[in-house]
Amino acid sequence: MATSNNAALFDFLLRLGDDQLVLGQRLAEWCGHGPILEEDIALANISLDLFGHAQAVLNLAGEMEGQGRDADKLAYFREAIEFKNCLLVEQPRGDFAYTIARQIVFSLRAYLLWDELTKSSNETLAGIAGKAKKESRYHVTHASEWVLRLGDGTADSHARLQNALDEVWRFTKDLFATDAIEQQLADQKIIPNLGGLYGKWLTMLQELITKATLRMPDPGMFMQLGGRTGKHTEHLGHMLSELQILPRSYPDARW
Amino acid sequence: MDDAAKLKEFDDRIARGEIFEPKDWMPERLRKQLIRMMSQHAHSEVVGMLPEGNWITRAPSLRRKMILLAKVQDEGGHGLYIYSGVESLGVRREDLIDELHAGKAKYSSIFNYPSLLWSDMGAIGWLVDGAAIVNQTTLAKCSFGPYARAMIRICKEENFHKKQGYEILSTMMAGTPAQRAMAQDSINRWWWPSLMMFGPTDKDSPNSIDLMRWGIKRKSNDDLRQRFIDMTVPQAHAIGLTIPDPALKFNKETGHWEIGPINWEEFFNVINGNGPCNKERIAARKHAHDEGKWVREAAVAYAQKHSSLERRAA
Repeated sequence: MATSNNAALFDFLLRLGDDQLVLGQRLAEWCGHGPILEEDIALANISLDLFGHAQAVLNLAGEMEGQGRDADKLAYFREAIEFKNCLLVEQPRGDFAYTIARQIVFSLRAYLLWDELTKSSNETLAGIAGKAKKESRYHVTHASEWVLRLGDGTADSHARLQNALDEVWRFTKDLFATDAIEQQLADQKIIPNLGGLYGKWLTMLQELITKATLRMPDPGMFMQLGGRTGKHTEHLGHMLSELQILPRSYPDARW
Repeated sequence: MDDAAKLKEFDDRIARGEIFEPKDWMPERLRKQLIRMMSQHAHSEVVGMLPEGNWITRAPSLRRKMILLAKVQDEGGHGLYIYSGVESLGVRREDLIDELHAGKAKYSSIFNYPSLLWSDMGAIGWLVDGAAIVNQTTLAKCSFGPYARAMIRICKEENFHKKQGYEILSTMMAGTPAQRAMAQDSINRWWWPSLMMFGPTDKDSPNSIDLMRWGIKRKSNDDLRQRFIDMTVPQAHAIGLTIPDPALKFNKETGHWEIGPINWEEFFNVINGNGPCNKERIAARKHAHDEGKWVREAAVAYAQKHSSLERRAA
């Protein structure tokens, strides 16, 4: 049976919104624990933007689903296997180098994706994308500056960031994984064709990494897949048990 | 002009209600007191991020999560302003932080209590930020320019913090029996420590004399505490919370709420490092600082490398 456009869009929006939610949660873990006070503030700010995007996108997802679920219901009352975020964002926060490696890989793609989604025929989605694009431009700037500072800083910072880039690289294919649902939405002109994203992303990233005196990770490395179909790493369940504890414990309460 | 004449002139300026700036002459004793007081204040903002940061990942809705995150982020911003203000007196932020980690500098003892329930986010916002506003509103009129200006800006944000805290509690008090019980438990634990935030009673406050003489403190600890009590008790009653003080009563003649005795032994215990979370708070700050050392070194190395490259290119 063919998937209806609304159902396809629901699925697509979960991928988009869950990415924002889960990474927002990981970044929030830095609050009060950053390497310097300015960075506590910057990472909290980025986290806050991501939660804002997640809320808007998941509310729209709920509307598309038509079952009366809003962003909170979707965030707090789904199991790990129902989350559609990519594997990259659910990985533990690691050290600051890992956070920065993940931020540059994720934010650069997010910026390019939002830019495309401003052209969506769904006006709500196009509107969210317009605002998110501006914010994610700042996220790219923030991460890029740290890639340069750590890559071209001390021998220690260079080694740490290189190692972190190599670590996150196996999740990059999952970040761009695409399927029949995206194809259907593109065919129906609901979202633009996203096939060109990866190439643009790779070019921009390569340029930055070279400038930071780092090297690109091994392109032949084995790639982990599964996030978009709910096949997650074990980290997600633990994160959700923390995120969801109150509404799950008191399902009748309003907060 | 000799020091006695300078001091006389300074005293006269203060008496005329003038504001003084970092480059102006000031008594050395006052400079030391200001550094101590402002750095304690900055440390309090930063350590104060921890008990609330403890609940960001567990906030019960996306809206609450964003409000709390924005609030804790504000506290970090306040820390930055005040560190910058105190740096204008000729000290460096790094040295002040080292003193904090070495246990030589103090911070507000309230942050040595644990946040155990979500309703604690309500109690902290309403009581702790509420008490801070009472303190800081008078500091906004103090005689030292950088401090007064920082306080004006900070107070605006603190008002929003207090409001969100009260809203958390009023929503919970209108909720299920379990929620009401949690809200009451939070008030039971945070009420007395928030009264202690104003510091010891006037007769036991050794630093107050100089600070009042030169217009930094404009009201005594006990006056500010009373103002806070008078404001807060009716707010508690309005949403059905009980103040955990059997001696609490309203004096119709004075128009003030009178409280039972404050447990100053507990206060001095917490100040001296024996509160429930003193060790954890400093350990968390120290851990973040130590783990971040390589990052700060990288930023410095990058800046040096690139400024010399730019000089060569020029």
